[in-house]
Amino acid sequence: MSVVELLSDYTIQNVVAGAALLGLVSGVLGSFAVLRQQSLLGDTMSHAALPGVCLGFIIAGTRDIGSILLGALATGALAALVMLLLTRMSRLKTDAGLGITLSVFFAMGVVLLTHIQGMNNASQGGLDAFLFGQAAATLRSDLWIMGGITAVALLLVAALWKEFKLVSFDPEFATSLGMPVAWLEVLLTVMVALAVVVGLQMVGVVLMAAMIIAPAVAARQWSRRLEDMVLLAALIGVAGGIFGALLSALSRGLATGPLIILSVSSVVLVSMTVAPERGFLWEALRRVRARRRLRYQQVLTTLYRLAVHHDDPVYPSEQGMLDTYHGLRTRAVLSQLERRGLAEWQASPHGEPGPARRWVLTPAGIAEAERVLDALGREDA
Amino acid sequence: MLTALLDNVALQIMLVGALVGIASTLVGTFLVLRGTSMLSDAIGHSIVFGIVIVWLITHQQSGPVQILGAALAGVLTVFLTELLVSTRRVKKDAAIGLVFPVLFSIGVLLLNLYARDVHIDTHTVLLGEIGFVWLDTVTLGDYRVPRSLLSMGAMTLLNAAFVVLFFKELKLATFDEALAKALGLAPGLLFYALLLLTSGTAVAAFDAVGAVLFVAFVIVPPSTAYLLTDRLWLMFLYGIAVSIASSVSGYALAVAWDVSIGGMMAVMTGVFLMLAFLAGPRYGVVAQLLRRRGQRRHNEIRTLAVHLYNHEGGPEQGEENVIRALRDHLRWDAAKAVGVVQRGSDQRLIVREGEALRLTSRGREMAREILDPSGRRSA
Repeated sequence: MSVVELLSDYTIQNVVAGAALLGLVSGVLGSFAVLRQQSLLGDTMSHAALPGVCLGFIIAGTRDIGSILLGALATGALAALVMLLLTRMSRLKTDAGLGITLSVFFAMGVVLLTHIQGMNNASQGGLDAFLFGQAAATLRSDLWIMGGITAVALLLVAALWKEFKLVSFDPEFATSLGMPVAWLEVLLTVMVALAVVVGLQMVGVVLMAAMIIAPAVAARQWSRRLEDMVLLAALIGVAGGIFGALLSALSRGLATGPLIILSVSSVVLVSMTVAPERGFLWEALRRVRARRRLRYQQVLTTLYRLAVHHDDPVYPSEQGMLDTYHGLRTRAVLSQLERRGLAEWQASPHGEPGPARRWVLTPAGIAEAERVLDALGREDA
Repeated sequence: MLTALLDNVALQIMLVGALVGIASTLVGTFLVLRGTSMLSDAIGHSIVFGIVIVWLITHQQSGPVQILGAALAGVLTVFLTELLVSTRRVKKDAAIGLVFPVLFSIGVLLLNLYARDVHIDTHTVLLGEIGFVWLDTVTLGDYRVPRSLLSMGAMTLLNAAFVVLFFKELKLATFDEALAKALGLAPGLLFYALLLLTSGTAVAAFDAVGAVLFVAFVIVPPSTAYLLTDRLWLMFLYGIAVSIASSVSGYALAVAWDVSIGGMMAVMTGVFLMLAFLAGPRYGVVAQLLRRRGQRRHNEIRTLAVHLYNHEGGPEQGEENVIRALRDHLRWDAAKAVGVVQRGSDQRLIVREGEALRLTSRGREMAREILDPSGRRSA
């Protein structure tokens, strides 16, 4: 299938648009969740959406996406509340609170799911598609709802930008400014539930955790400012979503959700490796440079100290002696010093034993060594 | 008796459920105490990856090798998570949430590609089906024993042996890792062994309860126990009791309502947790509220006693030591003032004479005690 054919396919258009919406909303909202160290809250809420999906179905009587998503939003938010109560009012820690709510709410969902299956309602088919998502079943009407939710979430973020920013970085300061911190946190949490609701159809409950976390973590590697991070996370989310959806359309038979997750997760891996400042590659490079600089300074100051020690500014040092002194071959470092005009390779004085040529500091070398020692001395002080 | 058990499907299902709960409690207790419960969620999901890989290599779905192989995938998850955290580029929660979806996704895609006809369908992955455990049996001597019963029984024994053998070391490594390290106990290694057993338990429980319900059995019974006691060995006992009670009551309710058995068992663990959360003797919400109310009431009576004592015999005794003054000077509303006075006279600390309030000798003693706790009498 050519790209043009691919893009004119109705189903694929829907899936790609849905994946892009999901990437957008989870990238933006995930940034706040990751910064506030609530990454796993998304995981809990997506699992807890299952009973809501079932309740929505039971109440509406059909597979009406509106009531199903409303149900998902309700139980997702309820789970967050229960989790908060469990950890605030007992000695249970956050991780236990998350795990308890996640698994017990999900279990309720399973129970309701089997109850629905027992009702012998013909329209129940495809309900458990919410577990893994069923991107291919996305309808144009679903897209409108997902788009609406995304728009609401983005508008809220835009309207309350300064407040959200402060609450994410310095909640105490926000409190002291008289901001309704508790309400803002509730709002942020509910918005994660919104993202989860958008993701149910596309990637399902299990993989939503990664969709919230991965774009934000990837974006974090490239930027320091929240503005850039949120924009970049949205971009990565959209790109990963579209790429995964297209890949799944091309491969015929590979599930969409996992492909989307693997796409955004590879962006995380690449970002962690090559992002300037925070990437592993740059860190390794920095380390090599620092080590080289250190060696260079060490050899230079050794030459200088030997000269001072012998009261002879042009005291000639043997290569072998320097090697022994530093415990490794110093030839490369010395050549570097020579290239910079800091040291010279001179003929030995006549009649002395040892090799024919020795290293001597140039006046520039002496000045540089004094500068280095001076700087080191300042650091010690 | 054995024949009776093996003929009784209900008993087998409940037994497997209880064994899943017990085996999970044995390892889960340490996870909950260490604050690393969510690792069980990650492990539960990524063993799917392990199961698929092992299946691709051996084309067998069960047996000790499969359990060990898939369990290693669980340990891999934890290893990768710790690796990510050690780069200091992500926090622990984000690291967990990054690693397991990737492994899970790869597992699902491999299933898509190579194993369409294996019974590990996506439904089983999450939910399992404990109701069918009696269908998959192996013949042992004269008996046909459910495979899950064997594997869960073995895992339970293994976990129990580990906990009993290393009880002291585990306890120390959990509560004081630094000291354990200083004593040369290698708490890190112990932790990984614990996680290997957790993964093994997840694999063994996989067919019965699936990836997500497994999390309930690992976290909820130990958390319930944690709300009830401070002693480690009691935590095990309570956790095991909750596991057994959940599987029995869960089975009964599931049959009555015709719903998922595994799901109902997991819901019941949640119900027991809620009970402990609300009605636990020491850490329960009700107990906390009662204690706080008792404290508040006690303080009110103390306030009253001191107030009366301060004005006793003074010129303003007539207008201070009356109920009306409590309203004006202590800012208590009428109902509260009457209530406190009532309780004070019930405890025979004060006596009411019409409008006037008078301290009894006990009340006076109490006020003196408050004002001069060290017992030094001034003059």
